[in-house]
Amino acid sequence: MLELKFFGRAGQGGKTAAEMIADSALDEGKFTQSFPEYGPEREGAPVKAFVRINDKPVRLHCQIQSPDIVVVIDPTLLECLNVTEGLKENGLLVVNTPKTPKEIREQTKFSGKICTVDGTKISREIFGRNFPNMPVLGALIKAKEIIRMKSLENQIICIFAKKIGEEKTKKNIETVKRAYEEAQIDG
Amino acid sequence: MPKNKPKPVKGRDYDSMTGADAVAFGMRQINPDVVAAFPITPQTEIMERFSQFYADGIVDTEMILVESEHSAMSAVVGAAAAGARAMTATAANGLALMWEIVYIAASTRLPIVMNVVNRALSGPINIHCDHSDSMGCRDSGWIQIYSENGQEAYENTIFAVKFAEHPKVRLPVMVCQDGFITSHSVEPINFIHDDKVKQFIGKPKPEFSLLDVDNPITLGPLDLFDYYFEHKRQQIEGMENARKAFLDVAKEFEKTCGRRLQYFEEYSSKDADYVLVVMSSTAGTAKEVVDRLRKQGKKVGLIKPRLFRPFPYEEITKALEGKKAVAVMDRSASFGAQGGPLFLEISSAMLNSAKKPKLCNYIFGLGGRDTSMQDIEKVFEDLMNGKPKALNYLGVRG
Repeated sequence: MLELKFFGRAGQGGKTAAEMIADSALDEGKFTQSFPEYGPEREGAPVKAFVRINDKPVRLHCQIQSPDIVVVIDPTLLECLNVTEGLKENGLLVVNTPKTPKEIREQTKFSGKICTVDGTKISREIFGRNFPNMPVLGALIKAKEIIRMKSLENQIICIFAKKIGEEKTKKNIETVKRAYEEAQIDG
Repeated sequence: MPKNKPKPVKGRDYDSMTGADAVAFGMRQINPDVVAAFPITPQTEIMERFSQFYADGIVDTEMILVESEHSAMSAVVGAAAAGARAMTATAANGLALMWEIVYIAASTRLPIVMNVVNRALSGPINIHCDHSDSMGCRDSGWIQIYSENGQEAYENTIFAVKFAEHPKVRLPVMVCQDGFITSHSVEPINFIHDDKVKQFIGKPKPEFSLLDVDNPITLGPLDLFDYYFEHKRQQIEGMENARKAFLDVAKEFEKTCGRRLQYFEEYSSKDADYVLVVMSSTAGTAKEVVDRLRKQGKKVGLIKPRLFRPFPYEEITKALEGKKAVAVMDRSASFGAQGGPLFLEISSAMLNSAKKPKLCNYIFGLGGRDTSMQDIEKVFEDLMNGKPKALNYLGVRG
């Protein structure tokens, strides 16, 4: 079983990103579970979302204590939360940041694989606004292909096409692909 | 879910959704005559989704948005008394506010189905899962069915409609699932085809209707020391009948919809020496622990009650007799009692058994406190070491 933990701030789309990964895996014939952690809801508050991907039905209904992958959507969270707590030593840390993986290693002291991407910059250039949740997914699947790019594209179309129209949906796919290209990996 | 991998994407009969969405999806298939709901918190996404079906004209339901949960229950009582198939949903303090009418719904023998997303009662204010809301009205005369995941919540909801309306039962049913843990967790849900649901539930056949002006009836009149007791006695009988009717309706459900419903699930428990009894989502986590300990050669098992009211005391006694030790886990407290509600139920069920195992109680997960695999492993270790206290608290400070 593969367990993922997403760190973001309320309003940044962490929950949506987690669900997209889960639904892409479901489309590929896996069993999945995704759930956010709810607290006092206000925009900007730190929030977590979790994903489990398995070959058998997921029966666990407890929180994820030692994830295989941690995805940090908002880099300022690195300063106030211990995001690598419980992360498996041979696991993967994906961070939306202009910093290099080596700089993040210095900052977090995490010894496993680190992947960084400046998703905020990519999103600003394509959308003119910061939607960091999609670019981190591009970086994530470059560092570890837990789902295929094609499955993620399908999910983006499924979820966004009706809501925000074809043009913006295409832009979302563009941000994911560009993040995939620009992501840096160490370890 | 099927035991194997899900079918390929094309034409698949499952989709990912939250436990709340799954119940709303089931309600769409049931297409109730009347749904009443209080549209503000503590209402759950069940009603948000269902009202979308209503707004899109997908259901024929008359949807009544009321000013309080007390009124929501009153509205479905009125609708059911008129012979309509009526449903509602609530959680936590919403259920608490309904209280007065919850009792009246059962006493008036109205087959209402209500989904309860189990959440802690205030105070202090807490929005997360425990069973204090539905356990608070365990003696209200409602049938109670608990669900491990969204899949079970969905199936229990469809089952509940037919079960409530069974001519020998005619009692309201509460279908419970764990707040946030399953209500907001996205998992693959395997659907029953719309036609099969329709075929299974059939059309409501009310014995009486307030709208039948040629055969006028009186409901809920003054009933003092002359007949109140007899009416209560009949109500008790209705609940007793429900125990047997459950099996009949379950048989029909399996035949028509291909889904199996039991009083309780026995997971590796038949040859086990040490058994855990726990309801709802924690049972899923416990199954993983049972598998892990079984691999180490430890004879452990799990019993997950699905039907809590009426309680299948004879069957559960048989299932637990001869075990070395049994731990009952309760997600609510009964202040001043010898243990939580499930523990008290099982203790009294086993009172006269000659092969009574050592019984102990664990109160856990109040206010949504996470219950990890290690926590459950600790319970089994306590059992196997033979040293658990009668009443224990899992994962609490001090």
